Amino acid sequence: MTDDPETRTTTRAVRPYVITGGRAGAGGAPLSWETLVTATGTAAPETLQPEYRMILTHCRGLLSVAEVAAHLGQPPSVVQVLLADLLDWGLILSRPPVPRAERADAATLRKVLHGLESRL
Amino acid sequence: MASKAASEAPAGGAAGAPDPRLPGETAADRAPERYPVAEPGGKYLAPGVAGAAKILVVGPLGVGKTTLIGTVSEIRPLSTEALMTRAGARVDTRGGRTKTTTTVALDFGRITLDGDLVLYLFGTPGQQRFLPAWRDLAKGALGALALVDTRDPAASFDALGNLEDLDLPFAVAVNAFPGSPVHSEDDLRVALDLLPSTPLVSCDARDARSSVLALIALVRHLVHAATESS
Repeated sequence: MTDDPETRTTTRAVRPYVITGGRAGAGGAPLSWETLVTATGTAAPETLQPEYRMILTHCRGLLSVAEVAAHLGQPPSVVQVLLADLLDWGLILSRPPVPRAERADAATLRKVLHGLESRL
Repeated sequence: MASKAASEAPAGGAAGAPDPRLPGETAADRAPERYPVAEPGGKYLAPGVAGAAKILVVGPLGVGKTTLIGTVSEIRPLSTEALMTRAGARVDTRGGRTKTTTTVALDFGRITLDGDLVLYLFGTPGQQRFLPAWRDLAKGALGALALVDTRDPAASFDALGNLEDLDLPFAVAVNAFPGSPVHSEDDLRVALDLLPSTPLVSCDARDARSSVLALIALVRHLVHAATESS
């Protein structure tokens, strides 16, 4: 009876990496701060930890990883790990950042330029 | 206070109650945190947004990064704390092995452009010791807008050095504080050791148009650089 999962609780009073089980990054490349995520609407399993549930409540619409982190009050580096899990489990969808290459292409930059100019 | 109580009452629960708004205050100023709505200014992005790009806004403490971001952002700037892990600990040399993590506060905002592209603006503190926290964030960034306060241009040296280390293209915007000394462009370029091709503009971070113009100067520079090199 040393480590009964039923009595194990998680709260906000733990240091960030305790929540991620000590993992600093998911297997693949981490989701960038501006990657957009949204819940798929698939019902979450009953056993899902509260941290994941909290994320899902903030993902009812489209938001960036940074915004999810800010709304949760957790560092993005922690939220990146949890979001990667949710992505693996099919509970969220992601839209990767537009410039996938190291440097953005001219077409993306022109689009940004026109977008900004239209705000003047 | 009556007005405070009213503002904390649930929306919709106050039907028929006298409007407690202050003169000049709009309904939007009082709107409580709204729940999932995809509209400009709402928490969520429009469902049609297909992807995101980012620009860093860099500079020393108090130079106006958060002001500029707040002026152009469609959401109230959000704040998050980036963890600096191992790499940061190496730089932080106080007393040998100290904490392995420390946090850096970052403010950010967003602008939805043309309906399907959203631009994020991340305010990034300039100090050299925060460089590790930048690396992750700088990856994939279009470029950076470096803010300079002419009352203390030297405070921006670290931020400019970091941008050069990261090979991130940038433009420099002088945030014109009231009573700031006026320097000639040439003097500033020399003081900041800028390449002739690096744009140098003046802006008022409190003014939306002026701040957008500074971002435009940066993106024009990026377009130019991308077209030149291809």
